Amino acid sequence: MSYLEYRVQTIPTGWRKVTNLHWPLILVLMAIAGIGFLMLYSVAGGSFTPWAETQMQRFVIGMILMFIVAMVPIWFWRNMSVLTFIFSLALLIFVEFYGVTGMGAQRWIDLGFMRLQPSEVTKIALVMVLASYYDAIPVRNISRPLWVLLPVIITLIPTFMVLQQPDLGTALLLLVTGGVVMFAAGVHWAYFASVVVAGIGTIFAVFQSRGTSWQLLQNYQYRRIDTFLDPGSDPLGAGYHITQSKIALGSGGWTGRGFMKGTQTRLNFLPEKHTDFIFTTLAEEFGFFGGSALLLLYVLVILFCLFAAMRMKDRFSSLLVIGITMTFFLFFAVNMSMVMGLAPVVGVPLPLVSYGGSAMLVLLGAFGLIQSAHVHRPRGTP
Amino acid sequence: MRRPEKELEASSKKISRRGMLIGAGQVLFAGALAARMRYLQVEEADKYRLLAEENRINIRLIPPARGQIFDRDGTPIALNEPSYRIVIVPEDSDDIHATIARLSTLIELDADDLNRALAEIERSPPFLPITLVDRVKWDAVAKVAANSLVLPGVTPDVGLSRRYPIGAPFAHVVGYVGPISDYDLERIENPDQLLRIPRFQIGKVGIESKLEESLRGSAGTKSVEVNAVGRVMRELDRREGDSGADLQLTLDHKLQSYIRTRLGNESASVVVIDVENGDVRAIVSTPDFDPNLFVRGISVPDYAGLRENEKRPLASKAVQDAYPPGSTFKMVAALAGLESGIIDPNETVYCPGYMEISDRKFTCWKKVGHGSMDLNTSLRESCDVYYYDLALKVGIENITAMARKLGLGEKHDVPMSAVSSGLTPTKEWKLVYRDAEWVIGDSANAAIGQGYVLASPLQLAVMTARLATGRAVSPRLIKRIGGEEQPSGEGEDLGISQENLRLIRRGMFSVSNHRKGTAYSSRIAEEDFRMAGKTGTAQVRSTIVDNEEVPWEQRDHALFVNFAPFDNPKYAVAVVVEHGGGGSSTAAPIARDVTLQALFEGTPPLDAYPEKDQFIIKERQDSIERQQNPLPVGDRGQA
Repeated sequence: MSYLEYRVQTIPTGWRKVTNLHWPLILVLMAIAGIGFLMLYSVAGGSFTPWAETQMQRFVIGMILMFIVAMVPIWFWRNMSVLTFIFSLALLIFVEFYGVTGMGAQRWIDLGFMRLQPSEVTKIALVMVLASYYDAIPVRNISRPLWVLLPVIITLIPTFMVLQQPDLGTALLLLVTGGVVMFAAGVHWAYFASVVVAGIGTIFAVFQSRGTSWQLLQNYQYRRIDTFLDPGSDPLGAGYHITQSKIALGSGGWTGRGFMKGTQTRLNFLPEKHTDFIFTTLAEEFGFFGGSALLLLYVLVILFCLFAAMRMKDRFSSLLVIGITMTFFLFFAVNMSMVMGLAPVVGVPLPLVSYGGSAMLVLLGAFGLIQSAHVHRPRGTP
Repeated sequence: MRRPEKELEASSKKISRRGMLIGAGQVLFAGALAARMRYLQVEEADKYRLLAEENRINIRLIPPARGQIFDRDGTPIALNEPSYRIVIVPEDSDDIHATIARLSTLIELDADDLNRALAEIERSPPFLPITLVDRVKWDAVAKVAANSLVLPGVTPDVGLSRRYPIGAPFAHVVGYVGPISDYDLERIENPDQLLRIPRFQIGKVGIESKLEESLRGSAGTKSVEVNAVGRVMRELDRREGDSGADLQLTLDHKLQSYIRTRLGNESASVVVIDVENGDVRAIVSTPDFDPNLFVRGISVPDYAGLRENEKRPLASKAVQDAYPPGSTFKMVAALAGLESGIIDPNETVYCPGYMEISDRKFTCWKKVGHGSMDLNTSLRESCDVYYYDLALKVGIENITAMARKLGLGEKHDVPMSAVSSGLTPTKEWKLVYRDAEWVIGDSANAAIGQGYVLASPLQLAVMTARLATGRAVSPRLIKRIGGEEQPSGEGEDLGISQENLRLIRRGMFSVSNHRKGTAYSSRIAEEDFRMAGKTGTAQVRSTIVDNEEVPWEQRDHALFVNFAPFDNPKYAVAVVVEHGGGGSSTAAPIARDVTLQALFEGTPPLDAYPEKDQFIIKERQDSIERQQNPLPVGDRGQA
């Protein structure tokens, strides 16, 4: 069923749109952001400046953006998908030439009131364009090779551009996000199986070849891989961060060392304590309970979104919500794995908690899309 | 284009199915994260809590105060004094260069110091104070304090630094301290943590170096909470260390200073030993230097001046230099002869001015000859031929054995740098180190203290003390360490027959008190304090020369050893004047003045001197007094 066939009278209008918003989701998002404010207050040594206050202002702006996006019918956004995607690619090209590199490899554009990272926009734009693609094509064509090739190309274009920055982490996230949307759309599992097998085979071959006559990579490239996989081999660089982060987490215990009493945080042993490593502060000061409470809230967001997606009858909405949920999931899963020493250090913020404008605005905008899809979903059967 | 309803329906269901699959995967992963979190925070909590504490708490050392050094009467020789320095905390200063420029208009800043400080500022975290100038005067401190408003980040700081109030007279004995170097550290096994403190002061030479362990003390500790860049947030716990042990020396600062002044410009050394217990009352080498220069860091030209001086001010000649003892060794040879029973003290040897030994002519210093000599007269007039003859009869083994008994060839245990063991040669020694057979001429030369025999002034003083007492007196420099009395150097009886010792002492007595004695002109007139001594002249060149006609560095060394009072020996004295000419003309007068000064514990009365010398002595005493107590500059006017 296409959105054109919706019986318009069943779609809420005017004020009824507001009451039909997914309010539990909004409340959970606010709770998560609230935890973020608390932690930013703590890492600043009990001060709203320089982080908590700015973060609150951004959250308010982000919530307004979410409402605006939510009020606009989802079919408008469907029609905007390709344009958004092209716009995001243009931004990526723009930063390549005019952007500023800071804090690692991510490039950003200074908008005056905030720094925009185009790669964040790209994540959502990619989900949008893939969802609209699968909405548009005939169902029977979904698993046909040529029809599979096009979304692969769509995914690879921004992936390679981000790789150029060079931001390996974001590139991998884009790849996974694209793959998940394709998987959700119903592309035959054999494609994924073969990609996985080929991937494992390649990795196996690369490592097996090391030190032999048919070595596939240069030695320095292997060393980079080593550091990426095992930060401990570079104890003063990435390894230092991970070690300190694990110490902070571990010393938290069941209930933590108390609000604003984390020595690792207060004495600056934690790197990037207000951005990528903010979860360690939460875990140090509020312990296992505090950490798992946040994790639970994240899981609630995912469950809310996915259950909402199942009630949407059009493919664009469903795929969009699944894709955005995946993006959100990847944010916190990668970030937490990183601070717990399960994944290499890549610059991925903790969604809605880490200090930073780009991710916050883009994510809240994306939740606006989910809300829009939720509000404007078809009701009843035609 | 219309799509079949059924197909769309199926597609929607498929999306839901796969969405659920993805959701399940996500929840599963979240569960894994929770499990990991539980593992880190619950199972491993203790381990990480400990690591967090280790991170947080830093143990800092508190340097102990170094032990101070006093002379036998408690007069300070080495002290710790508060010293002021001007430091800058870079982060408190808005513009370091402008601030330093302003500071340089107020106080004198050394360009080298400044460059070092600027380099340190570059390297160090901004909260660490960097020393701009060290050891500044109080008025500079006052200026900085008064102008603190225009000097942001600049503050005066106080610390302890070593000072040697008497300075030069003790430079060789006590030595000096200086900042530890990498070279110092490498040589120490398991160095104390304290030594890792940059620029920590350790003893470099002399007692300061040899008794470093006692003087240093042990470090206190304080635990401080630090942040990741090492800034101290607060102090958690403090445990004071133990200051180093104070030392009391056996030296007498008045005697030490007197001797230094008495020696004047000579390149000389004097040792005074208390024969009763071995206490070293004075041990002086001249010329000397101001040890305070080294503590501050001596300038390159100053150091070059000391190194290139031909009189070697840096050398501690009293212990580290070994000279041919010359005729002062004759007591050793004579005693060896008596103790072996080979020599009869009354038997005479005729001295025609020379003696032929295996076709070589060995001359006596008195070319016309001494005539018939017995033991007593041979010592009194220092006849060489008597001892050539004695050497042939007694043999080098006996002589060397006696020399060792009297403390020659032995490295005496005094805490000074580069203590020499001298040399008491044997036939085996020559074979090993000179690759030659011992010849009879070597024995003859040894008997008059030439050839291979070498002794340091300290050894000569110990030898004299042993002759005076018959006991194995050994030198003691340190009276107390931290209040604990150190073992006396009194020594056991040497087992030498009293009769033989008496003969030797009589000989020495006539050297100083018989009209024909070589040191008669330097006798002590006061009956109760008369001394017994022996002159010595050590040849620097192999041919006999007239000392007045050759350059300074080719003249003979002048030696004199003595003990006094003769009847009840108290002090043994050894004097060596490098290139001083003759023992009787140069060394003996010094020895007499030093002996009297020691016996009277100050300036002796003129009556102690022979009447004809008194006028000259009076002048010398006044001159020394003037040098030791110069009138203060502002006090010149008569009141």
